Amino acid sequence: MEISSSLILNAIVSGILLGGFYAAMAAGVSISFGMLDVTNIAHPAFIILGSYVAYIVNSWWGWDPIVIAIVCSPLFFLLGMGLYRIYYYAFERKGQQSLRSLAFFFGILFITEVVLILIFGVDYRLVKSVYTETTWQLGEVDLPLRLVVPFIFSMIMIFGLNMFLSRTFFGRAVLAVAQDQFALRLMGVNPVKIKELGFGLSIAIAGIAGSFLIVIQPVQPSIGRDYIGLVFAICVLGGMGSIKGALIGAMILGLAESFTSTFFGPSWAPAVSFGLLLLAVAFKPSGLLGR
Amino acid sequence: MSNKAFIVAAYAFAAVLVAVSQFVPNDYFFSAAYTVLLFVILSTAWNILGGYTGYVNFGTPAFFAMGAYTTVALFKLSPTLPLWVMIIGGTLIAGLTGLGMGALTLRLRGVFFSIATLALSVVLLTFVVNWDYAGGARGAYVIPPREVPLGFHRYIQFLYLVMVFLSATAVIIARMIETSTMGRGLEAIRDDELAAECCGVPTLKLKLMSTTISGALMGMAGTTYPYFVSYVEPASTFNLSYAVNSIAMPLIGGMTTWLGPLIGALLLGSVQQVVQVTISSAWNLLIVGVLLVLFVTLAPEGIMGLWFNWRKKQKLKAGGSK
Amino acid sequence: MSDLLEVKGVVKRFGGFTALDGVDLNLKVGERLGLLGPNGSGKSTLVNCICGTLLNDEGSIRFDGREVSKLPAHKRIRAGLSRSFQLPKPFASMSVVDNLCVPILYAANHRVGIRKCTPSEATDEAMVILKQIGLAAKAQEMSGGLTQVDMRKLELARAMAAKPKLLISDEAMAGLSNSEVDEILTLLFTMKEQGIAVIMIEHIMRAVMRFSERVAVLVAGKKIADGEPEAVMRNPEVERAYLGE
Repeated sequence: MEISSSLILNAIVSGILLGGFYAAMAAGVSISFGMLDVTNIAHPAFIILGSYVAYIVNSWWGWDPIVIAIVCSPLFFLLGMGLYRIYYYAFERKGQQSLRSLAFFFGILFITEVVLILIFGVDYRLVKSVYTETTWQLGEVDLPLRLVVPFIFSMIMIFGLNMFLSRTFFGRAVLAVAQDQFALRLMGVNPVKIKELGFGLSIAIAGIAGSFLIVIQPVQPSIGRDYIGLVFAICVLGGMGSIKGALIGAMILGLAESFTSTFFGPSWAPAVSFGLLLLAVAFKPSGLLGR
Repeated sequence: MSNKAFIVAAYAFAAVLVAVSQFVPNDYFFSAAYTVLLFVILSTAWNILGGYTGYVNFGTPAFFAMGAYTTVALFKLSPTLPLWVMIIGGTLIAGLTGLGMGALTLRLRGVFFSIATLALSVVLLTFVVNWDYAGGARGAYVIPPREVPLGFHRYIQFLYLVMVFLSATAVIIARMIETSTMGRGLEAIRDDELAAECCGVPTLKLKLMSTTISGALMGMAGTTYPYFVSYVEPASTFNLSYAVNSIAMPLIGGMTTWLGPLIGALLLGSVQQVVQVTISSAWNLLIVGVLLVLFVTLAPEGIMGLWFNWRKKQKLKAGGSK
Repeated sequence: MSDLLEVKGVVKRFGGFTALDGVDLNLKVGERLGLLGPNGSGKSTLVNCICGTLLNDEGSIRFDGREVSKLPAHKRIRAGLSRSFQLPKPFASMSVVDNLCVPILYAANHRVGIRKCTPSEATDEAMVILKQIGLAAKAQEMSGGLTQVDMRKLELARAMAAKPKLLISDEAMAGLSNSEVDEILTLLFTMKEQGIAVIMIEHIMRAVMRFSERVAVLVAGKKIADGEPEAVMRNPEVERAYLGE
């Protein structure tokens, strides 16, 4: 295969477009795992759930997936809060975190996947909107809008999230709850409530990312598992609780996957994200921008 | 019961199970039993690292597949190799994989370890899918010999015998670990690794032993699988069902003792066999998932835990009425 | 004859923060040292470096004539070092007696010159220790459900069960009532009888003054005083560290 400059250029561009989207997928984990110390390995299940919600609404009423994402996010927020409540009462309150909570979230991941299979079957589903079929051309570079539009909205969401966390009271409370719960109590803030809201936020983001996902590619219940490595790798690479770090980690991963796919074929792609996760976790658990 | 006595009892019981099975006219029994016994081995193996040591391994499918694919590779090398060679080979390779995984990941905090096991499992799957010698994504065929060893009528009956004895072996090993000094060390690691280290427990060494033995036994479960299915391909070998069941069964049965995974596997495995045949395999998995979540939130000590608590209450009642 | 413990120039940094800035500390066989210092002065970091739960960045730590600063913690414990934790860390799902069996089987059994014992003998030995500290009645109870003072006792007993030459007691009396403090003090004095060297980290002055032969004071990662208890407490620098300017 000849390595032309247009091949490389396209690999870089898709890597960046994908990377931006991956950041949206992983931002929720940066909050739930990086800041709140909850190992929600079922996070990708909620992304897929978001995809299917987008699919249903899109195929019945023809709404645009991005619009669906925004409209449905409060539902995911409430779902996240409810899930945290259960998690808190069953595990965190008793200090029995690791083993049991891992099994718990694994079970949730599993149940979500199987329920989706029971309802929708294993066929791939996709959405249709004005831009899903269009591709722009910029010189030698292909810019499929199904990648560009989610990228743009992912970046908006990432920057919005970062501002929210660093500027608003609630956002800073979330950042604080990871570092010093006691001090937060002294300030009259209930850390448990903050964690509940923070976790709700992480699930809401997951739901939104799910809508983006089904724009980018067709979705099927089992693909959630493939993304566990991706979102945790990005969170760890990015330094655990850092949204900026997650963005950088996501870009690295997006580019790595894009190049692997272009030059070695897409069947090696899962090995890239999970391999990077292994390396990240083995060598630098505090990440690139970590505490 | 001493170790020697238990070994004799376990193998004697295994022999009885085989003898009794000769009176079962239904061929389906042997297939179902094979699957349930597979889960007995996987759960018991998983529990050595999970229940005894406190490290949750999401990579069961990878170790299972190491055992299965070693058999496939050896079969391709020489189709007439006897089964016991495959078993030993697969167990060793899986054990080495466990050692390697441990060396890479055991310095990590528990949560990172679990994520790393998931990552490793997928990386291994990707390599196997791209490994053409063992068939890659297209799969490979493993044909059982025409002459059934030990004079059984059908090969599946022979496989049943092998699995019964392998299960007994796995349970014996688990019990030996549990009742030995090593078992105390693992318990200490599970409860508080730092304190264990400061009590003289060589935590890294014990954890490595735990991952190696656990991995080896999980691989052992997989070594006969190619002969069971005849057609081996990555998607069904790296099946999520193994991952979820190897965690759910010990959890539901009880993770602190060798009886727990055994009970969990027998109960849950049998239920699944029934559901699979009467309803569907998707509902099957849903039931396992729901039971896992229910038990982990409401009865995390599992059936054995409920039993122990009930016994304690009985003792207190008896003591109080004196 | 060299000292039992020789800490020389130990430095430990966490990122940009220097927790220990060149600390020297010596201890003779059977000596009882009180280690004082305000919160955050580096006492626990020093203990962690001596025991091996943290590795020091610079300096040397010699125990019983051997350089141990590169050894993993469990090897140092097996060489005769032992410690209790400030916040008790019992093996919560194990019974009280089983808690003691762990260091007996894993630490004491590996000490040079001490006869190895079988698992059942270990239980017997554990019961002996429990009788000594008054916890024999609770031997079969889950260690996770003990009272505060019993947990502190168990924590110390576990450190003692390793048959150490040096035991570091890290704030075992914090938050206890007067009579409970005396119970712990009695325990610590039994170590004096057994010839075990002790480093006692405490904030409860009367306990420190009664127990220690020598007192050292750590402030902001540096040792500012080391000597006779009375003399150290009258040292103006020490006063300043505790009471401010």
